[in-house]
Amino acid sequence: MLAEIGQYTLAFGMMVSLLLSLCPLYGYYTKNEKIMQTARPLAYLQLIFMLVSFLILVTLFIIQDFSVTYVWQNSNSILPIRYRVSATWGAHEGSMLLWLTIQALWTGLVAFYSKSLSSDKIARVLAILGMVSLGFAAFVFFMSNPFLRTIPMPFDGNDLNPLLQDFGLIVHPPILYMGYVGLSVPFAISIAALLGGNIDENWIRWTRPWTNAAWACLTLGIVLGSWWAYYELGWGGWWFWDPVENASFLPWLAAVGLIHVQAVSERRNAFRGWTVLLAIIAFSLSVLGTFLVRSGVLTSVHAFASDPSRGVFVLSLLAIYAGGAFFLYALRANKLKSQTEFELSSRETLLLVNSIIFITVCFMVLLGTLFPLIFEAMGKKISVGPPYFGSMFFMMMVPMAIFLPIGVLYKWRKDKMKRVIKLLIPAFVIALVLTAISYWFFGGLNLKATLGVFAAFWLLISGFNSIRQQKTLTRGLWGMQLAHFGVAVFLFGVSMTEHTDFEIDALMHPNEVKIVKGYSVEFKGVENKQIENYNAFIGHFVVTQDGQQVATMNPQKRIYPRQGNPMTEAAIDAGFTRDLYISLGEQINDKGGWAVRVYIKPFIRWMWGGGILMMLGGLLASTDKRFFRHAKRLKQQNIENYLA
Amino acid sequence: MNKKNIIKALLPLIIFLSLVILLYNGLGKNTRLLPSALINKPVPEFSVPSLMNGQTINNDSLIGQMYLLNVWASWCPNCRVEHPMITEFARQKIIPVYGLNYKDENAAANQWLNQFGNPYKDILVDIEGLVGIDFGVYGAPETFLIDAKGIIRHKIVGELNPQNLKNEILPLIEKYK
Repeated sequence: MLAEIGQYTLAFGMMVSLLLSLCPLYGYYTKNEKIMQTARPLAYLQLIFMLVSFLILVTLFIIQDFSVTYVWQNSNSILPIRYRVSATWGAHEGSMLLWLTIQALWTGLVAFYSKSLSSDKIARVLAILGMVSLGFAAFVFFMSNPFLRTIPMPFDGNDLNPLLQDFGLIVHPPILYMGYVGLSVPFAISIAALLGGNIDENWIRWTRPWTNAAWACLTLGIVLGSWWAYYELGWGGWWFWDPVENASFLPWLAAVGLIHVQAVSERRNAFRGWTVLLAIIAFSLSVLGTFLVRSGVLTSVHAFASDPSRGVFVLSLLAIYAGGAFFLYALRANKLKSQTEFELSSRETLLLVNSIIFITVCFMVLLGTLFPLIFEAMGKKISVGPPYFGSMFFMMMVPMAIFLPIGVLYKWRKDKMKRVIKLLIPAFVIALVLTAISYWFFGGLNLKATLGVFAAFWLLISGFNSIRQQKTLTRGLWGMQLAHFGVAVFLFGVSMTEHTDFEIDALMHPNEVKIVKGYSVEFKGVENKQIENYNAFIGHFVVTQDGQQVATMNPQKRIYPRQGNPMTEAAIDAGFTRDLYISLGEQINDKGGWAVRVYIKPFIRWMWGGGILMMLGGLLASTDKRFFRHAKRLKQQNIENYLA
Repeated sequence: MNKKNIIKALLPLIIFLSLVILLYNGLGKNTRLLPSALINKPVPEFSVPSLMNGQTINNDSLIGQMYLLNVWASWCPNCRVEHPMITEFARQKIIPVYGLNYKDENAAANQWLNQFGNPYKDILVDIEGLVGIDFGVYGAPETFLIDAKGIIRHKIVGELNPQNLKNEILPLIEKYK
């Protein structure tokens, strides 16, 4: 019964999306204020329906209604309750419903926090968001409905993929989706602006916190995904340039470009067209990512269930949204002409260069991801892998890191390179010295790592330098500095982890001790235990350094009875300057000998820490007073207009 | 409106439409089942060093035996997944397995072999990926079945598993023996 109610709520939600995409626009074109004002209530109603429908699916998992196909496929009777909840978005159908719910949530938030926008503007924005919801609602309802039943009802469920029975998977998808879907807000604002034929700085100012918030969520989502891959896949890797990972990285890169260009177009009447275009690109890449992940055009280690007919549907959505947007852009782009003049040597130019770098990287990653398809179409075959992505990314990040501090110090409109370079000389020298010290301290680094460490110090020192020189620091500026420090911390972490990590692979017998880079790792043996819904071989290790105990570590080898595949659960002793990482391989002989792998991963936490700093910077910047000061004034104006 | 502006305005749309066409073409084709253009053709010419002893191996020196050529790299996560399968197959000594170490660094490759074991009779080193291009390699891992006359008989894109071994490789080994 509950499943049917969920089904109906979803259908009603879809109807509301349809109304939301039509009514406000009809009101806008017929200049009917009353009809335009239906936008907000419809947005709230849509949110209620989608949310209820999602909560019903969660409930079906909790009460274990195995008559629902999606539930029995992804759960079973001994699954612990926390994973029953997260199993809701553990596979295709449910995760698309989650996507839709988050879409409705963003739409609701836009409706709520848009009091400062005139009703014709908000009507257009919400209508566009309604269209996006409508497409995805139709996709969920017709192509991947999670409420369908299996008759007769199976006795027990199939179990959730053991890889996904994990904390990382409880939090990673919702946050990542917040980011993906959040990019539909700047997209909708851009389209609304194109429909109206003009975009002024108030619009862009109003868009900025939304872009920042969406980007911050995307950043956190990617960090969580990388962290999950690191501890769950059991071989210590943290990024594989897999199509699915690239799918989340592409919109992130485009959004970085967008954020920086918005900084220009908000204050100066410049790059308006480019801002709009980047907003369209960023969201299109979100949808493209969904397509790549769901359609099976590219094979991936993530191996989601794929289905070509779903692929056609998502591709059509992409063609409608992005194709329509680019078409509209082609019609209206020349109306968005910018007027302000600025010199070539100015902050404007450097921010433009920034966005070009990021969009180029984005394009290169896209190209690498699609290479197999492109060459297939030409009847040839070629392959790319991490070697391509790694070297390409490195090449592009070098100019980025060099120019970043220069751009931060450059003045608007017109500035002299000489002046800025003079300001930066001390930072450059200090960074060189610190790099030399690190080189000596870590006993030699290779070229890439040395450059990476230098870039990190260069960003850090010049960042402090520019904070010292600012007279007033707004939250916006603090946010920017924080995010840039995040880049520095990230670069340091990556350089150290990638180039100075250490691993040994050994056959160990109980009470045997191995010395790994100054740590002595003692193997105490393995015990077998039944825990929750799996059977585990638990290894016991004691790690000491200079006679002091550092950690006791218990890596596991798990067997989930329902699916039968063994899972490696690494034991990680996380630290500020290094991670100890032990994973248990196979039992080698009957004398208690096991294959054991021990890794030392220096500074790996810094990489994710850098990501988190970037995220916090983005969030902090979006709370800058000027966004709200302005909002207040506009609100006042609207009321006055209304009264007059 | 001048010409330049029109082109500038239309460019994103054009790029996007070509992308959609490309993606549409890719749909429904199972990339793992795509036949290689080289099936039933002779092995392309190559002459590369061996990872194990540095001696030169060329296409002629492998003729006279039926073998599997497994494309792998230390950077490839799926190669780790299929490694036990390759090891088991090599242990059964049905036909020898050669490795093609693809776009890898020798040190990393050797470390990888030390860690997971070396099931290969010999390993071709292809740092630049040029041999891979001649073979039409799509990405690692891939496995080619090559008969005693040096003719490519089958190709598996993605990892070797019990299913494709039983249903594709073993029957073909019988057929071309």
